[in-house]
Amino acid sequence: MDYFTQQLINGLVLGSIYGLIAIGYTMVYGIVGMINFAHGDVFMIGGFIALITFLILISLGLTAIPVILLVVLLVSMAITALYGWTIERIAYRPLRHSFRLAPMLSAIGMSFVLTNYSQIAQGARVKPIPPFITGGYTLHESADGFVIQLSNIQIMVVLTTIVLLAIFTWLVSRTRLGRDMRACEQDQTMAALLGVDVDRTISMTFVIGAALAAVAGLMYLLYYGLVDFFMGFVAGIKAFTAAVLGGIGSLPGAMLGGLAIGLIETFWSAYFSVEYKDVAAFSILIVVLIFMPTGLLGRPEVEKV
Amino acid sequence: MTATPHEIAKASRTAGIPFLLKTAFINAAIALVLFSLMVGIRTEAGSDGQLTYWTRFGDLASLVGAVFGGSIVIELLRQWIGPTGAEKLVPASVQSGISFIGRYLAPALLIFTLLVPVIFYNQRYILDLAILVLTYVMLGWGLNVVVGLAGLLDLGYVAFYAVGAYSYGLLATSFGWSFWTCLPLAGILAAFWGVLLGFPVLRLRGDYLAIVTLAFGEIIRLVIINWQELTGGPNGVSGIPRPSFFGIPLDNSDDGLAAKLGIEYSPTHRIVFLFYLILAMALLTNWVTIRLRRLPIGRAWEALREDEVACRALGINTTTTKLTAFATGAMFGGFAGAFFATRQGFISPESFTFQESALVLAIVVLGGMGSQLGVALAALTMIGGFELFRSLETYRMLVFGMAMVLIMIWRPRGIIGHRAPTVFLTKAQAISSDLVKEGHG
Repeated sequence: MDYFTQQLINGLVLGSIYGLIAIGYTMVYGIVGMINFAHGDVFMIGGFIALITFLILISLGLTAIPVILLVVLLVSMAITALYGWTIERIAYRPLRHSFRLAPMLSAIGMSFVLTNYSQIAQGARVKPIPPFITGGYTLHESADGFVIQLSNIQIMVVLTTIVLLAIFTWLVSRTRLGRDMRACEQDQTMAALLGVDVDRTISMTFVIGAALAAVAGLMYLLYYGLVDFFMGFVAGIKAFTAAVLGGIGSLPGAMLGGLAIGLIETFWSAYFSVEYKDVAAFSILIVVLIFMPTGLLGRPEVEKV
Repeated sequence: MTATPHEIAKASRTAGIPFLLKTAFINAAIALVLFSLMVGIRTEAGSDGQLTYWTRFGDLASLVGAVFGGSIVIELLRQWIGPTGAEKLVPASVQSGISFIGRYLAPALLIFTLLVPVIFYNQRYILDLAILVLTYVMLGWGLNVVVGLAGLLDLGYVAFYAVGAYSYGLLATSFGWSFWTCLPLAGILAAFWGVLLGFPVLRLRGDYLAIVTLAFGEIIRLVIINWQELTGGPNGVSGIPRPSFFGIPLDNSDDGLAAKLGIEYSPTHRIVFLFYLILAMALLTNWVTIRLRRLPIGRAWEALREDEVACRALGINTTTTKLTAFATGAMFGGFAGAFFATRQGFISPESFTFQESALVLAIVVLGGMGSQLGVALAALTMIGGFELFRSLETYRMLVFGMAMVLIMIWRPRGIIGHRAPTVFLTKAQAISSDLVKEGHG
């Protein structure tokens, strides 16, 4: 039981990270109707930028951890958001009205560019950082000595996710931008006729998605203590699985799907085999699409003729 | 006095200089922010696990400068040529000229290909490269059935390549079966996997289909890595027998082909044999595809590509149509895989990554989906062309990714991008790529 609880905590933390990435997929899919293949790589870039900012701040002599974290968070969100914006401008905007394989392929090309750009710029080796936030709480200690740990990093990851999600939900449901986004999701042409700047709204979607992916990258860096140039691919597919599982286009669905994938993966590793955890995650994707093509919270898709 | 269009264009150019500089400055500023940390600062883990970093502001400055200059050049080109578009860049006369050449290019290329081992007999490197290019031509033609004809986006094609390679590798090393027994088996097994993949994804549309096939490809690769008892895991399968000339080995033993023919043995014989083998297999793929296109099933594929809803309304069984497309494409992938295994003599999961799938897909799409000649030319350019940049190996995939993005923007339908339906009702008429839209069904 204790082991189970510990795995539950680990799974929830991992799920929060996947959920943050999945939101980026879900938003772009909801509005533009395409899978942003490069989104996993944006997450990876976010992790790298966080790592480099950490290094600079430490070498500048800063010691106050909250200040460092805040600066790193803001810098990586800002720069990664600009990456998202640039990617949209270069690779997706010219192809918005093109036939359906074209944006998909340019997205795959963009993903290659980003992966190899990071590899060339930062090298192929894994980049570790020393643990930053240490300590934690012992929740329970059983008779046979098994300890349920809740580390400070885990608390921070979950809290950050909750706060960001709250801000983001407010943004989509209450602000002008959110209203524009929902309008574009319904019908881009109609929204444009009614005075919504579709180009700007789509750009902002990519910017917000990339910023959230940057937070996920930072959390990943803090939680696992490393980044490498290839981590975006697998994390990206899993986050996409999460988005599909939750119902693509639905924001709470993305978070829910993220948690589900995180839990499934953690429990699979804990009780079955670590080697096949990715196989498990990918199999779930296939099974979900067969039996629930619209996911847990998705709307049935209307076939337009 | 009214201004002529030329004068207006000239005026807008001169008035454009501040605009030009402004755009360039903005782009350079964006590039500066983007590259500042990733390029300007290089991190590396030291021997004690501690990260160190050093600055590379020179590289950063030259990159930003390149963006500044590049955006001026692009903006100038845009003002001179007008809005970008293939039609403007390549005038109609040139395009019709290309299609005229196209009619004679295919036979000419074929004759040249047949003569390659004669011309380059003693240049092992060129022969190896030609075999590699032909392998990708075959893979491209195989995938073309799925993507180009049936319009099903398959990102896991390499899985079938892997199934073929491992089928042959394992059957040959465990049971000692010959290449010619295993080749059809590899194709059949891969086709079964194609059907297996096809079933769950029948109901899925475009993007979902792509992601499921991608997941499928990854599952196959991960299983190959982890199922160590069967596949040897990351170590792969080695000692795969070389192909024989219908039972006669191509070596310098007394039973070898050279001895039987009474000529002096040379290792080049095997390479030349492999070359003609893959050429024959590729041509078989091409021939089968062209034949199938004229049969009802091929027409159903093309109809499916254009509009799935209309297909169903016309009573075409989309289930069997999709499954046959997957199975046919997978079968050719399996053949190519068996050839790959016998050529290398060694296979490992590293050869079957997503990057391979994307490369083959890129060949199909860049070549112009559905165009057999286009696929062959794209394979030649992408595999052969990139071979020229061997020395720039690190930048290879970067350039490849950029090319994919740029070509999609420039010509979303691929280099040879107009599709001629196989069957015409009254008179032959090529459909321009602007007029057709992929079905939303």
